[in-house]
Amino acid sequence: MVARVTVFILRRLIQSVFILLLTSVLVFIAIYAIGDPIDVLISPEADQLERIRIAATFGLDQPLWRQYLLFAENALQGDLGRSFAFSTPAIPLILERMPATLELAVAAMLLAIGLGIPLGLWVGLRPQSIVGKIIMSVSILGFSLPTFWVGLILILVFAVQLGWLPASGRGATQLLFGVPVSFLTWDGLRHLLLPALNLALFNIALVIRLTRAGTQEALLQDYVRFARAKGLTTSRIVGVHVLKNILIPIITVIALQFGSIIAFAIVTESVFAWPGMGKLIIDSIRVLDRPVIVAYLMLIVAVFITINLVVDIIYSFVDPRVRLSGGRV
Amino acid sequence: MASDHESALASNVPRPTLEVQNLTTEFVTRSGIAKPVRGVNFSVMPGQIMGLVGESGSGKSLTGYSIMGLVDHPGVVTCGRVLFKGVDLRGLNSAQRRAIRGDRIAMIFQDPMMTLNPVLRIDTQIMEVVSAHYPVDRQTARAMARSALVQVGIASPDERLSAYPHQFSGGMRQRIAIAIALINKPDLIICDEPTTALDVTIQAQILFEMQKLCREAGTSLIWITHDLSVVAGLADTVCVMYAGEIVESGTVQQVLALPRHPYTSGLIACAPSRNKPGAPLRQINGSTPSLLALPSGCAFRNRCDRASDICHTPPPTVDEGGQSFRCFHPMPINKFNESVG
Amino acid sequence: MSEDARNAQVVSSPALETPMRTFYRNFFSSRVATIGLVGLALIFLAALLAPVIAPQNPYDLATLDIMHSRLQPGERSLDGQLIFVLGTDEQGRDMLSAILYGIRISIIVGFASTTIALALGLLAGLIAGYAGGRVDSLIMRAADIQLSFPPILIALILLALTGPGVSKIIVALVAVQWAYYARTARSAALVEREKPYMEAAVILGLSPLRIIARHLLPNCMPPLVVVAALQVASAISLEATLSFLGLGLPVTEPSLGLLIANGFQYLLSGKYWISFYPGIALLLTIVAINLVADHLRDILNPQLAK
Repeated sequence: MVARVTVFILRRLIQSVFILLLTSVLVFIAIYAIGDPIDVLISPEADQLERIRIAATFGLDQPLWRQYLLFAENALQGDLGRSFAFSTPAIPLILERMPATLELAVAAMLLAIGLGIPLGLWVGLRPQSIVGKIIMSVSILGFSLPTFWVGLILILVFAVQLGWLPASGRGATQLLFGVPVSFLTWDGLRHLLLPALNLALFNIALVIRLTRAGTQEALLQDYVRFARAKGLTTSRIVGVHVLKNILIPIITVIALQFGSIIAFAIVTESVFAWPGMGKLIIDSIRVLDRPVIVAYLMLIVAVFITINLVVDIIYSFVDPRVRLSGGRV
Repeated sequence: MASDHESALASNVPRPTLEVQNLTTEFVTRSGIAKPVRGVNFSVMPGQIMGLVGESGSGKSLTGYSIMGLVDHPGVVTCGRVLFKGVDLRGLNSAQRRAIRGDRIAMIFQDPMMTLNPVLRIDTQIMEVVSAHYPVDRQTARAMARSALVQVGIASPDERLSAYPHQFSGGMRQRIAIAIALINKPDLIICDEPTTALDVTIQAQILFEMQKLCREAGTSLIWITHDLSVVAGLADTVCVMYAGEIVESGTVQQVLALPRHPYTSGLIACAPSRNKPGAPLRQINGSTPSLLALPSGCAFRNRCDRASDICHTPPPTVDEGGQSFRCFHPMPINKFNESVG
Repeated sequence: MSEDARNAQVVSSPALETPMRTFYRNFFSSRVATIGLVGLALIFLAALLAPVIAPQNPYDLATLDIMHSRLQPGERSLDGQLIFVLGTDEQGRDMLSAILYGIRISIIVGFASTTIALALGLLAGLIAGYAGGRVDSLIMRAADIQLSFPPILIALILLALTGPGVSKIIVALVAVQWAYYARTARSAALVEREKPYMEAAVILGLSPLRIIARHLLPNCMPPLVVVAALQVASAISLEATLSFLGLGLPVTEPSLGLLIANGFQYLLSGKYWISFYPGIALLLTIVAINLVADHLRDILNPQLAK
C-alpha cells in the first residue's frame, strides 16, 4: 500500500512539473512575443543607437528561443529578470509584497469556511424558513455582485457612515518568524476585517451553496435514517454524521479556490489600498513591465499547481475509501 | 386482525409488545393523495417473530417506518394507534420517541452499505447508540461494542472495531447492523428486508442467527420481506399486505398451508419451488394498482378471478380461529388449495 | 377513481398545452422572476433610448463645462436649462446621462461577449465531442489550460497587451468564457452521440456538418442557454471590474465601472453620488439578469438547480 501511494504522489509530482514547464513557455511567449518590450524603457524619440543599447543590456536582441532558454536558466536559479520600471530583480520585488497578500487571502479563506459552513448547514436543514430564504438570496448576491462594488459599499457603510472601521490601508505589523504580519495587533485586525470580508464574499456564497446542497443530499441518505433509528439527537446526526461527509468536498473546493482568491486580491487591494502584490501587478501591467508580470504569473501558477498537488495528496490520505484502496477513487 | 389487547386484560395473558391499530399513512403529492398504509392492524407478542409479506409497493416498509416515526416529508401518519407495551407512540413528543428508538425498538434496513456511514469508524457507530441512551464512558462502550461483534459472529473484533464500513463484505456489514440493533437489548426489532441484498448462503446464516438471538433474549421481531420462503422458515405469525392493507394474517402454519385470501394463495403458487419441472411458472395477472388510483372496495379485485360485483365494496374482516382475512370470496377449505386465476 | 373516469378526464381536457405555453406559464409563475424580467426590459429600453432620453451627451466634450463639476443631485446648470438629477462628476458630466450611456455599453459588452463565447464554445465543444480522438484531446487541453487560470488574470493580461477598446474588451471576455461552454457542450455531445437518433442520422448518410448542426446542436442547447443566461451578469461584472482597475473601456466611452472608479476618491469627502449611482445602476442590471436567469435555470433544467 505504501508503494501505491508513493507511486501516486510521484506521478502527480511529475505531472505538475510538466504543467509548470508548459505554462512557463506559454507565458513567456505571450508576454515577450507580443509587442515590443523595448517600448517600455525608452522615450519615443530615442534613436536607433539607444534602442540597440537597451536591447543588449536587457538581452532583448537575441532570437526568441535563446531568450527563453536564458530565462529558464535564470528561473531555475531563482532569478526571473529585473523589473524594467524599478531596475531591481523581479522576484524579490514580488516576495516583499507577498506576506500582505497572503495574509488577506488566508483571512478570506477562513472567513469563507467559518461563515459559509454554519450558514449553509442552517439553510440545508431548514430550507423553507425565512432565515434560510434570506441567506440564499444574499448568497446569490454574493455571486453576482462585482467585488469592487461590494468593497465600495462596505467602505461607505462601515467607514464613512458608521466610522467603525478604517477605510483603507494595512494596520500595524509585527514580525512573526521574520515576516511582518498585521493580524497580531488589534489595529491590524481592524484594518484586515473589511478587505478580508470583501474578498471572501464570493467564496462565502459558494460555500453556503455547496454546504446546502451537500446537507440536503446527505439528509436523504440511508445512514441518516439509520442514525435516527438509533435514537441519536439531531445535533449529533448533523454535527458528526452529515458534517463529516460533506466537509471534505467543501474544503477541497475552497482549497482549490485559494489561487483564485490570491488573484482576485488584485481588486480588493486596489479598493482598500492594501499594500500587497495586487497593486504591484496592476501598475506593472499598465506600464508593461514584463519581467514583473512574468514573475507574478509564474508565481501564481506555481501556487495553483502546488495547491492542487497538496490537496490531491491530502485527499488521498483523509478519505478512508481512497486511502485504503491505495490511491485513485 | 383481532386485537389481543382486550383478551389480554381479561384473561391475564401477557400483553403484546406491539399493537398496531388502524395505522394510516398518507403522502400529499401534486397528483393527489396517496395512502401507502391503510388501516393496518396487527400485534406482536414478546418473543414472537412476525413476518410482514408483500410485493414492492405494498406499503410494508412504510409500515415499519410509520411505527418508528421515521416517515419523511411529504408523508404523514394520519391516524391509528401504535401501542408499544401499552403506550401509544404517536402520543409521545419527539424527545420521548427518540429515547425509545435504538433502545427499546430497533430497526435494521435493507442495504447495509447505505445504512452505515462510510466516513465513520465501526466502533464510533456502535458506541454512539449506547451513549445516546445510557451514560457510559468510552471504555465501557467500547467493551460493549466488542462483545456485540462477538455475539454476531465476527472474528477478530478488536481489529474490526477500528475499521471502516467499506472494508467489510455485505454479509458482515449486515451483522454489524444487527449488532447495533441488539446492543441495548431492545424489546422489538423491525427488520426491513435485511437479507435481500445478500447471497443466499449468507442469508440463511443470518436468518438462523437472528432467530437464535431473539429466542434467547425474548425479543419480538417484525421481519418485512417479499420472500415467502424466508417467512416459512423463520416466523411464527405472518401478515400479508397488498396495496397498503393487510389482507390476511395468522400463524405461519395456518396461512401457508391453507391460504384463504386469493392473493396469498397466488403468492404461494408463484413460488418457483412449487412448480413441477418443465411446467410453466405461475403468475398473478395484472400488476399492483397505482396508489393514486386504487380500485374501490377490494384493491385486488381487478386481478382476482374470484371477484364479483360485491367486491366493489370494502370486504369485511373474517376471523376463523386466529386466521383473519378480508375477502368476500375466500379460497374454499380443501386439502389441495392450489390454483388461482 | 375508476379507469373509465380517468380516461374521460384526459379526453375532455381544455385548450392545447404546447411546450411554449407551458414555458410561459412556468416562467411567469414566479413573481420574483417576472419582476426581474420587467426590470430588465426597462433597463434595456433605457439603454436603447439613451441618446434620445439622456439630458446631455456625456461623450461630447463640447457640452461639458468644468464649472458644473461635482454638483449635488438636484442642482441646476449655470444657464438654468438642465437639472442634474443625479449630480455631476468631476468633469461636469451629468450623472444620469453618463449612467444611461454606461448601461448601454455594459449591456452591449456583456451580451455580445457572452453570445460570441457561447457560439465559439459550442462549436468547439460539439466538434470535440463528436469527432473524439486527437481533436477532442487538443481542444479539451486548451480549454483546461484556460480554465485553470483565474479569469481576471487572463483578462488583465490580454487587455494589457492589446490596449483598451470596446472590441478588445469583448475579445478578452470571450477568451475568458469560451472554455466553460466548450466543456459543457462536449459533455452534452458525448451523451447525445450515443443516442439512437444520432445513429439513424449517420445511417441515413447525412454529412457530419449537417448532423452536428441540425441534430446534435438543438439537443445540446438547453443546458448551455441556462449557463449563458447566468454568465451575462458575470461578464458585465467582470467588465466593470476591469474598467474599475483602469484596464477596461477607454475614458472616452466610460462604462459603469469606470464611472465608479472615477468617483471613488470622492467617497470619503461625502460626494458619494459620483460613485454611488453608477453603482446602483450596475447592481440593478446584474440583479435583474440574475433573477431571470436563475428562474430560467429552474424551469429548463431542474437538476442544475443544485
